[in-house]
Amino acid sequence: MIDTLRLTAEQASELVRRREISPAELHAAYLEAIAARDPELHCYLHVCEEAEGEGIPIALKDVIGTRGIPTTAGSRILEGYVPVYDATVVTRLKARGLRILGKTNTDEFAMGSSTENSAYGPTRNPWDPSRVPGGSGGGSAAAVTAGLAPWALGSDTGGSIKQPSALCGNVGLRPTYGTVSRYGIVAFASSLDQVGPVARTVRDCAFLYSLIAGRDPCDSTTVDLPHPVELPEGDDLRGLRIGVPKELNEAEGIEPGVSAAVARAIERCRELGAEVGECSLPLSAEYGMPCYYLIAPAEASSNLARYDGVRYGYRARAADRVEMYARTRDEGFGDEPKRRILVGTYALSAGYYDAFYGQAQKVRTVIRREHDAAFERFDALACPTSPTVAFPLGARTQHPLAMYLSDLLTIPSCLAGLPGLNIPCGLSEGLPVGLQLIGPQFGENTLFRIGHALEQALGFDPVPARLRS
Amino acid sequence: MAVRDWEAVIGLEVHAHLKTRTKMFCRCELEYGAPENTRTCPVCLAHPGALPVPNERAIEQTIKLGLALDCGIAARAIFARKNYFYPDLPKGYQISQYEAPLAGRGRFRLPRPDGDREIGIVRAHLEEDAAKTVHAGGATGRSVGADYSLVDFNRGGTPLVEIVTEPDLRSAEEAVWFLRLLRQTIVELGISDAEMEKGTLRADVNVSVRRRGEEGYRPRWEIKNMNSFTFVGRAIEAAIRQQVAAHEAGEPVEQSTYDYDADTDRLTVHRSKEEADDYRYFPEPDLVPVEPPAELVERLRAELPERPADRIRRIEPAVGFDAAVELVTTGRDRLYDRLVAAGAEARVAANAVMNEVAAAGIDPEAVDAGELAKVLGARERLPRDVYLEAVARSADPGFAAAPFLEQEAVSDASALEPVVEAVLAANPEQVQTYLGGKEGVLGYLVGQVMRETRGKADPRVVNRLLREKLRA
Ligand SMILES: [Zn+2]
Repeated sequence: MIDTLRLTAEQASELVRRREISPAELHAAYLEAIAARDPELHCYLHVCEEAEGEGIPIALKDVIGTRGIPTTAGSRILEGYVPVYDATVVTRLKARGLRILGKTNTDEFAMGSSTENSAYGPTRNPWDPSRVPGGSGGGSAAAVTAGLAPWALGSDTGGSIKQPSALCGNVGLRPTYGTVSRYGIVAFASSLDQVGPVARTVRDCAFLYSLIAGRDPCDSTTVDLPHPVELPEGDDLRGLRIGVPKELNEAEGIEPGVSAAVARAIERCRELGAEVGECSLPLSAEYGMPCYYLIAPAEASSNLARYDGVRYGYRARAADRVEMYARTRDEGFGDEPKRRILVGTYALSAGYYDAFYGQAQKVRTVIRREHDAAFERFDALACPTSPTVAFPLGARTQHPLAMYLSDLLTIPSCLAGLPGLNIPCGLSEGLPVGLQLIGPQFGENTLFRIGHALEQALGFDPVPARLRS
Repeated sequence: MAVRDWEAVIGLEVHAHLKTRTKMFCRCELEYGAPENTRTCPVCLAHPGALPVPNERAIEQTIKLGLALDCGIAARAIFARKNYFYPDLPKGYQISQYEAPLAGRGRFRLPRPDGDREIGIVRAHLEEDAAKTVHAGGATGRSVGADYSLVDFNRGGTPLVEIVTEPDLRSAEEAVWFLRLLRQTIVELGISDAEMEKGTLRADVNVSVRRRGEEGYRPRWEIKNMNSFTFVGRAIEAAIRQQVAAHEAGEPVEQSTYDYDADTDRLTVHRSKEEADDYRYFPEPDLVPVEPPAELVERLRAELPERPADRIRRIEPAVGFDAAVELVTTGRDRLYDRLVAAGAEARVAANAVMNEVAAAGIDPEAVDAGELAKVLGARERLPRDVYLEAVARSADPGFAAAPFLEQEAVSDASALEPVVEAVLAANPEQVQTYLGGKEGVLGYLVGQVMRETRGKADPRVVNRLLREKLRA
């Protein structure tokens, strides 16, 4: 009997390689776990009973297009939509024999921080089902933590991989912008969207990243990695300089339990040989959030224009074309996409463009420069991923601004296009706390090295207490 | 009403489909007339997650066009999204260029009989075409009142250049002349077929009028959807008439979009799409800026053919403006150039190319100019039918002038004199008639000499000799 709760992807691969288990048996073991626990957690929007491939299974966030498998992006407007092509990341995974286990729940069009904005109902946190798993990629994060997948892919625009990983207590990487193809990923905000791995260990995370990264001719914004991905080993951090950005560690709203766990983890870095020093990102901290909430909705308002009922997806019955558009989009989109389409349309409007979108782009450049300056002194930055641990379902749904603050600490580096790794670093109130490690452009290997060393040193048990047997 | 008290102010927006193998942002092949919706893919149907990849050939072609229009080529061109909803626009936005087009400010030399007019080019940018909507059912075949609409996405995503001129054109005739010469420039660059009937060349016209001497501009009308040069000219004339009439009657002329109705020769306010006025342009985040390498631009510049306008100006001194225009606009000036280079006299070459070569219906490019030049040099001395036959054969493989030149007319008086004398001696009756004052009989005598020489005699020389002998 396989304990999917504890099995890492690396271990699973080894079992398959040694023929101790067949890919189909492994797949079946996860289906069994899904059947047992997913009715409560609701990680999956679609489960693939059958799959091809001689490798291990993987779960995919439902914004990742999969040929022949429904892809809804958590939206009613894509209900029943079945892509005719695979996203590039899926093509790459299939080429390595990985088997698609299913499509995981997400806030509608990846817009949200709790997965409560999914049109198909929320996902619950495996540590405490009365709480959210974070979002938007709550389905992938909860599935990995609950042993419903050995690993998964998510997508991150302002924190949608890192924040759910923090709230669910696993490892999530938002890669450097441009290192992973967006071809076939349902777009939210093109200049921010990045696909990345969610895993139980840093090594799994690094390995999965190596499978999906690299230039894709179908995505003009991608580049080749300047150096290959290195699987981290050892626990020596000597020679590394870790910066602690004051504003991202002392921001208002960071829970004391979160601060304490993160501070302990940073202290462990010092004990492992790293040089730790304070730094400052004042403009990024102050303007990151407003800047993000102009750029992301502006791009979203345009990216979501294609959902018009003409070619695929939901179409409302109406007397004429204009009414068809209006009703399709009114009935097809939930509140959050509508809110962002409105904000974004406004930000791009004639007479407002310079003041809003144009200005936000300038601020983004400032944020990028501020990070560049910090990385002249440090190899990585450390701060909490989420200001809080997992919050109760419904706690923030009526307060969009409170919900937006969930991503306060993840957004600045996303705007700067930089990689960020979440690793679990302890518990607060019995719930996981995530440490965010931010790297310079293409600095993933450094993040993996620090993350892996801390993972060994901290000995965090990623299996939720209530699921331990 | 006095139209002559007014001058027209006309600017054009010209769209041309580029002649690439595939679409602007995907690999679907472009094929005019392919069955509906058979040249589509996730990208040009705007499926979720699909991303554009720019067609490099189209970028090169646009740079080429920009160079031909004396435009500055952007060091860093940026694609932008133009957002609006319409079923033929699957993404809900068109990828175009806005603040940083590939080709910036330029100018177009428009030769006129009284000198060059310089037409300012605001920009030439690259974008993708929309798909084609067909409104079915209903009475009018138009959007309003149709039962349903069908969209053919084959055309969607075709690379398109848009050329925007300054409002520098001053009459319908001038606008059409500009459009024709611009079209020829585009076609000769090899970047587009630019055929109005097929929709691969489209022009939107902005027209306003103002009193002669008046500064500034009055409200303009934008006229869309014209599918021939003739209609462009007529639509402009109609706009000028209608606007002058309105201004003189003190009626308001509002800035608006119009359709030209060829049946009534009038403009009517355009109403079909309720397009937003605000396109919410912003830089396309799915694409990186285009930074054409200097070497590429220089290579393309070196490849530029001589422009039609420049050719007209070059040929004009030798043959006159009208002939130069006719030679260049018919594309026969290359043969003219080759004939002149081979030693033909300019006006003789121009006339031959415009008349005999054109009438013979031969391919000017296939003509052996060196041999034809020899024929043109002997033209005066060749019997007419021999000359025409030589021209007609000049595009045949292996054409040689020599056999035709052998049939040269005999114009040597000393050679013809005995024949003339013999004919006069043999026709005393006709000689008497002539001397009696009926000079018309001379033709008969010339004919006799021609018969004796089997048509080789130069009739003018024969004529002269006969008159001399008869006068003696
Ligand atoms: Zn296509």
